[in-house]
This record gives sequence, C-alpha cells and structure tokens, in this order.
Amino acid sequence: MSAVDISTTTLRDAVALETRPTRPSAVSTSLTFAWRALLKIKHVPEQLFDVLVSPVIFTLMFTYLFGGALAGSTDAYIQFLLPGILVQTIIIVTVYTGYTLNTDITKGVFDRFRSLPIWRPAPIVGALLGDTVRYTIASIMCIGLGLLIGFRPDGGVLGVVGGVALLLVFAFALSWIFTILGLLLRTPNAVMGVSMMVLMPLTFASNIFVDPSTMPSGLQAFVDINPVSHLVTAVRGLMGGVADTGDVVTVLISAVVMTAVFAPITMYLYRTRH
Amino acid sequence: MRDASGPAVEAAGLVKHFTSGKKTTKAVDGVDLSIPAGTVFGLLGPNGAGKTTVVRMLATLLRPDAGTARVLGHDVVQDADAVRGAVGLTGQYASVDEDLTGTENLLMLARLYGFRGTAARTRVSDLLEAFSLTDAGSRQVKTYSGGMRRRIDLAASLVLSPRVLFLDEPTTGLDPRSRNQVWDIVRVLVDDGATVLLTTQYLEEADQLADRIAVIDHGRLIAEGTSSELKRSVGQGAVDLRLADASRRGEAADVVQRVLGTEPTLPTDPYALSARVPDDGAHLVAQVLPALGEAGIAVPEFSLGQPSLDEVFLTLTGQPLPDEQGSEEPAPAPEVSR
Repeated sequence: MSAVDISTTTLRDAVALETRPTRPSAVSTSLTFAWRALLKIKHVPEQLFDVLVSPVIFTLMFTYLFGGALAGSTDAYIQFLLPGILVQTIIIVTVYTGYTLNTDITKGVFDRFRSLPIWRPAPIVGALLGDTVRYTIASIMCIGLGLLIGFRPDGGVLGVVGGVALLLVFAFALSWIFTILGLLLRTPNAVMGVSMMVLMPLTFASNIFVDPSTMPSGLQAFVDINPVSHLVTAVRGLMGGVADTGDVVTVLISAVVMTAVFAPITMYLYRTRH
Repeated sequence: MRDASGPAVEAAGLVKHFTSGKKTTKAVDGVDLSIPAGTVFGLLGPNGAGKTTVVRMLATLLRPDAGTARVLGHDVVQDADAVRGAVGLTGQYASVDEDLTGTENLLMLARLYGFRGTAARTRVSDLLEAFSLTDAGSRQVKTYSGGMRRRIDLAASLVLSPRVLFLDEPTTGLDPRSRNQVWDIVRVLVDDGATVLLTTQYLEEADQLADRIAVIDHGRLIAEGTSSELKRSVGQGAVDLRLADASRRGEAADVVQRVLGTEPTLPTDPYALSARVPDDGAHLVAQVLPALGEAGIAVPEFSLGQPSLDEVFLTLTGQPLPDEQGSEEPAPAPEVSR
C-alpha cells in the first residue's frame, strides 16, 4: 500500500540487537542532555528573545533614566551600573531552568528520562550546562551594548571574562532553587510566577542600582546579607580591576552552599515525584 | 539473575496511595501479577482504575507504598537501575521531546543508552526505517500525525531492544489504521520473545492482543484469565433483542425475565434489550420469542451472543466499561460482541 506500512522484516532486524553497548559515564550523559538543551535553542529560537532583549532594555533604560540623577552623568553611572545589570539579567534568565524542567514534566519527556538506566542527576545537570550557554549569550549582549554606550572596564578583557565566569558559577548554583520550584509546582506558568517573586527582592534589594548607604537600616541589613549584593560587588571589582579576594571567595562559598543545600533537595524531589 | 522458567514480571501486594490535601486515595490496592516471559498481558480497566499507577511502579517511576515487584528477577526498588536497563516504556506519561526532530530524539536516547558515534547513528537509522519514519526523521515531532507520533514513541522505547515492554494505553486516540499498525508491531515484538504488559480501556484490544487479561477497578484486580475464561465466567451468553416499539420495552423486559430468570439490561438505545442466559438455562432461550409473541410484542431483531468482555466487565463491576465516555479521545472501532 503506502510507505506507512511497517515491514515485519526490518522491524525484526531492528529489534534483534546483537551487541549491547556499555553504559555511558555520568559526564557523557550530562553532555548529551546539554546537547539537547542546545538543540532546543536551535529549534525554538524564540526562547532566546528574553535573553537578547531584556539586557538591552534594562541597560538602556536604567542608564538613561537614573544616570544623570544618581551619578551626575550617564557615562559615570554606566561604569557602576553595567556589572549590576549584567548580574540581574543573568539571574532573571535562570528562572527558565525551572520553567523548562516543568514543561518537560507536563509533556511526559521527564518520565522517559527517569525510566532510563543513567546517572540520575544527568538530565538536570545537563540542562543546567546547556543553560550556561544561554547565560553566556546574554552576557555578551549586555557587555557588548555597554561597551557601545560608554562602559570602559579598567579590569580589561581578563577582568570582564573573570567577572562573567564568576557570574556563571553563581547562576549554576542558583538554578537549583528553580529546579526545586520546577519539580514542586503544577504548571510552567506557576513556576514563572513564583520564581519572579523570589527574584524581585533578591535583585532590587541589592546594590545593583544604587549604593545601599542611603537605605533604611533594616533594608541595608538585608542588602548586606543578600548573596546577590556580594556577587555584584565581586563582579564590579573584577571588571573594574580592583578585585577583592574576600568578595570573590564569599560568592564561591555561597555558590557551594546553595548547591549543597538545593541540589540534594532537587534530586530527592526528582526521585520521588509522581 | 533471571530464572529462565520464572515469570518475566511478578508483583505481590502492590499498594500505592496518593495524597492531595487531606484526602488520601488508594490508587492501587493490593495488586498481584505474574506474567510469563514471551506473553502479552492485558490490564483492562476504565480511566482512573489504577492501570497507569501499576505500570509506573513496575517501570521504577513510582515507589510502591507496600508490596514487591520484580522484573526479570530484578526488584523494582532495590535494583531499580537493572530494571531500567531491561524494560522499555511507552505511554501517555513517557514521551519524546516534541521540539526535537525524530532523529534527534532517537539519537539522544541511543547516546544515553551508550551507543557512540556511528553506532548511535546506525541504530537510529535502523529504527527509523523499521518504523517507516525515515522521511519524517528530520522533522520536529510536533508536526507528526497521531500514528507517527505513537510509532516514534514505540521506537524510542525499543532503542535497547528491551525484553520487557510496558505499553500504557498505546492506541488511545489513534484511528483504526494506526491502531492496527501498533497491534502488528506488538505482535512482531512478542513473536521475537518480548514480554508485553499492555494497559487498555478497550475490550477489543485486550481480546486481540493479550494472552491473559486482568480486569482492574478501583485499584484492585477483580478478575484474571484468558479472554475466553473471562467470558465463560459470565455464563452462557446473552440474548439481544431489538423491539419494534420502544414504549413496550418495560413489558418485554418483564416477559424475558420471567422466561430466563435473569434481569435484563436496558442499553441506551430505547429499542434494545439484552439479558444474560443463566448457566443451566440454554434450553430456555428457545422460549423467549414465543413468549414475547404471546404478549403481542413485535421483535424484528433477535440474536444470541457469546458474552462480550463488556458484559464481563458489567457483571464484575456493576457498571459498563466507559469505552465511549465522550472524552476528547475517540475509541477505536468498538466491534465488541461476537
């Protein structure tokens, strides 16, 4: 009849598998999942829209809105603002990790992965690795635009790359919070909503936009313990060529702590979710 | 290790509760199973009966609250990884990625199972060819038709040629032609020695494919046997009548009950009436028509049928199988009785 008919012989041949491959390593399976995340960017490029557009809007808006008032000139403000805007942009993009995971669950792809004989965290670790590509693209957009409108980092290429690298480490660790939300909540949109509520205070109640010294003491206390503030200070230091080892170490420690706390919770939920 | 003579899948006392808010429901309430290697086992039941939950426990996706289960001798809890390496799963809840192409989906799975480089690509093209998807391989799965979609799902669960296959409602929502294709695929797999656990809401599917059938309702197995054993358990069969005048169905029911001694069922069709023949009542069937004639009730259609699985289900649960419950998913051609 038509090409749709299944040939019994080819089906038999395909089912009769002579050699079974050996199990792939944890690294190799994680990289396969990272490859999947990149394929998804290729097939659904719209998902990069936020990554590309939000840094542009944030950078332009805040520079020209506040620059004159806060720092006397936009030129002076952007030296202060750009590392902060970069941090904010990347942190907001991390939300998609939870969103994507939840979409996989609702579509049934997730159960397929869970039924495979592979290293258990691989689907999530791989997705997070794939996401770092997204973060890198967003970083390049943000810094490129900054350079166009007057950002002149004293730390040079090395400082900028170091700042971005530190930011990526932090974003990877932070993503584990969103994987938890992705596993707990029912719909992708609920994940977006709750994640934004987590992120608003983390990004705005920080030193991204202004020096916290003019804030009321209660808020200042929060800003001081907010890991995002430490991250911004460290990235500013690296990009400005005045890196403070203490800040960088604090950020790395908070990344380790977040991973140590939230990754096991994620994996617990991953194993037991129904 | 696998005991060659033992069953491929066995479960004892499986229980699973789900809690939402303060309400706890027993989705699966003490299920025992024993599926011999190389056979098709049909788990038949309506939506919400616990079919999917049983499959998810056997496929290591859910941990049982009580009871044990072994697949090819591996415990699904203690030795979950070995089970995952030996089974394939296809169902509403184990799917492929719609955003990727068919080839990419299979390639990803082949790599996750340990095929490398060209071995992975060869495996993928073999599978695509076997499932008539070679031309569609470079298209995103979301563009596939329902039948193609089910074939790529099946191909995805056969990457490692599993010896045990769990098919959770594999033909729900398919047109009859695609459904027949899936059936043919299952037959080939079983011919080649695979063991298949199939869940279905459709009697015909269980009847066509399964060597043994278990009927599940409210999380419990309420009957198990071959298709003909189940049918026999209901009795001799049933008489089905179609009346000329729907308004006289009540009267006709009284007459039939008096003759056969069983209570007739009244289908939704207002002209139809059917009644079970009692175990020792084969000789009574011949008296039904004369009795109706005496009462002056015209009967343009009369048939004596073997009991259908539908009747089995009705007898066992007191309610008909919801095979056409007006859901978005059409039932496959319901040629039930024979």
